[in-house]
Amino acid sequence: MFSLDLLLDAVVIGVLLGCFYGAVSLGLSVSFGLLDVPHVAHPAFLVLASYAVYFLNEQYAVDPLLAGLLITPVFFLFGLAAYRLYYETFERRGSDAAVRGIAFFFGIAFIIEVLIILQFGVDQRSVTADYIGKAWRLGEIRIPYRLLVAFAVATTLTILLTLYLSRTFMGRAIRAVAQDEEALRLMGTNPVKIKQWAFGIATAVLGISGALLIIVAPVDPTLDRAYIGRTFCVVVMAGLGSMGGTLVAAIILGVAESIVLTMFGASWAPAISFAMLLGILAVRPQGLFGRRS
Amino acid sequence: MSKKVSKPGSISRRRLLASAGAAIAASPLGANLLQAQAAPIRIGMSMPQTGGLAGGGKASLLGIEIWRDDVNAKGGLLGGRKIELVVYDDKSSASETPAIYSKLIDVDKVDLLFAPYATVPTAPIMPMVKQRGLLLIGNFSFQVNSKVGHDMWFNNAPWGPADSWATSYLDIGQKAGGKTMALLSADQEFAQNLAKTAREVANKRNLPIVFDQAYPPNTVEFSSIIRALKATKPDIVYVASYPPDSTGILRAVNEIGIGDSVKVFGGGMVGLQFGAVMESMGSLLNGVVNYNTWLPEKSMYFEGTKEFFDKYTKRAVEAKIDPLGYYLAPFGYASGQLIERAIAAVGSLDQKALAKYLRENTHHTIVGPIAFSADGERKETAVLQAQFRGVVDKNIEQFRSAGKQVILFPDNLKSGELVAPFEAARK
Repeated sequence: MFSLDLLLDAVVIGVLLGCFYGAVSLGLSVSFGLLDVPHVAHPAFLVLASYAVYFLNEQYAVDPLLAGLLITPVFFLFGLAAYRLYYETFERRGSDAAVRGIAFFFGIAFIIEVLIILQFGVDQRSVTADYIGKAWRLGEIRIPYRLLVAFAVATTLTILLTLYLSRTFMGRAIRAVAQDEEALRLMGTNPVKIKQWAFGIATAVLGISGALLIIVAPVDPTLDRAYIGRTFCVVVMAGLGSMGGTLVAAIILGVAESIVLTMFGASWAPAISFAMLLGILAVRPQGLFGRRS
Repeated sequence: MSKKVSKPGSISRRRLLASAGAAIAASPLGANLLQAQAAPIRIGMSMPQTGGLAGGGKASLLGIEIWRDDVNAKGGLLGGRKIELVVYDDKSSASETPAIYSKLIDVDKVDLLFAPYATVPTAPIMPMVKQRGLLLIGNFSFQVNSKVGHDMWFNNAPWGPADSWATSYLDIGQKAGGKTMALLSADQEFAQNLAKTAREVANKRNLPIVFDQAYPPNTVEFSSIIRALKATKPDIVYVASYPPDSTGILRAVNEIGIGDSVKVFGGGMVGLQFGAVMESMGSLLNGVVNYNTWLPEKSMYFEGTKEFFDKYTKRAVEAKIDPLGYYLAPFGYASGQLIERAIAAVGSLDQKALAKYLRENTHHTIVGPIAFSADGERKETAVLQAQFRGVVDKNIEQFRSAGKQVILFPDNLKSGELVAPFEAARK
């Protein structure tokens, strides 16, 4: 049964859902895309941020988005520390560091999961705000406000990160370290410090993304497992390291998923997403927006 | 340097203790003391304490632990043998349980087995338990014995015959004037079992199914699915979903709307039985008709029920688990009561005799009388279908009072009538 209304609705919801996927993938686009850190704990950091937001919302009735902003400095410091630990124990020690790095970050993800369970229990948690649970009527289409929030946050974050990486000294240094670490070292700069700073930024972004995660849907301590595939899919599809590309790739994924969910049946949705990823990588191995190296 | 030497003829401290011990053991008081220290009755199980099923697993285990403490406080079973639980975390995973149960049987050599909470971790241990001829008390798994056919399996859950769940829900929907059905289910074992029986019952009754979709695990956003469902204008919406999805689905229904055609919505939504979920969903729950196992309605109190919940509430808060605990915890306690009654009647731990007793009698527990049919499931279903009414936001205590979830089925436990259509019941 085909209906134009349904298709239009699927596209609108898909764009918004894609923005949400983009927002939760941006941090990874920096840490994995630019820095080559195999950050499989990214979704676990994200869930940790969600719980921090939940705590502030539940205890002090802080708006979830504001709570997300409040925890960014803490997450920035957390990112600095996490990278330093990773660097000292793994990256510094040679070429197979990436493989062992995965083990390191899996370990971190597991520890975070257990700590959350110890502190908050295993039940799912959600936050309250005026924009959760209501929808905006646009003719026949109804758009949940929480997805509009995701749209606003994703676009703002993408613009800010793009500006930061292209206009500021530190941002350009981060791009430089991504392109040629050795050259940077020859120019007398310490690439490790720059990478550490960049990892801090990537983690700080997760503060806001985590707020978004718990605004869009309830979270539980094991939710990170559901996002490992999705976030890496978005970042790889975009082409490693492109912020705008990450958002566009996420929107493509969101729209595809939403159209499949609405028109063809829900069980096909994940298969379609990953088939698209394989298709794109077959045609453009560097991803949609990545530069050929 | 001095050396202690005991002179011949004098009594050493060790010998004095030994003689005193022998004297006490010979006396009637001593006999009791020794018996109290007799080998405990060890019950082995795995229980999900991490992973997706942990919320239920922890509550269920607390129910069993309260039973253990009650029995031990009364002096144990079989003339003074205390109950000891041997519990491992199966991480909610089906791949962990076969090894855990092998260990329980061969290494720990436990006396009796309880199954882990839920269908998925239980299914893989069924063939082994049957092969070894062991008694197994099931814990809320659904139809795991239907193909295995183990005659020493007894499920503590109130499910009853496989199709009773769908039958009761469709009865309610059809009585309210429902002529078509939409079916939305999670692509997972338990939900698919429910969906399958719902399809069969609908076909038998010539009830057209206008929408039938299984959504994959980890679906984040349900707006698109709900919109597609709404477009088919169904009368009865049967949802078989898992905890995070149940919340996502109800949120989307609230935002997108579901249409005036819908008479009843719900049926098999897992998650709406848990305190934290109910608290966070608040008023979104109103109008939903959903299955449950125990509710604080007057008809649900049996001997010991109130005392159990008094103890549970206190301990659940300390253990940071579901403060209400209606869904699983009393049935965990009832598992213990089943075994307790059987051991008392049989007078030994002979598993065949215990199974025979469990099969042939009706057992009175804190969740009501339990009688088993040949497949080890309840003879009659005691699954409740209840409608959420007058629920407000962010208040978990409201669910402790009667009337927030009105029981529509079964008739002997009924506490009110359906309010329909769904949109009207939500107000």
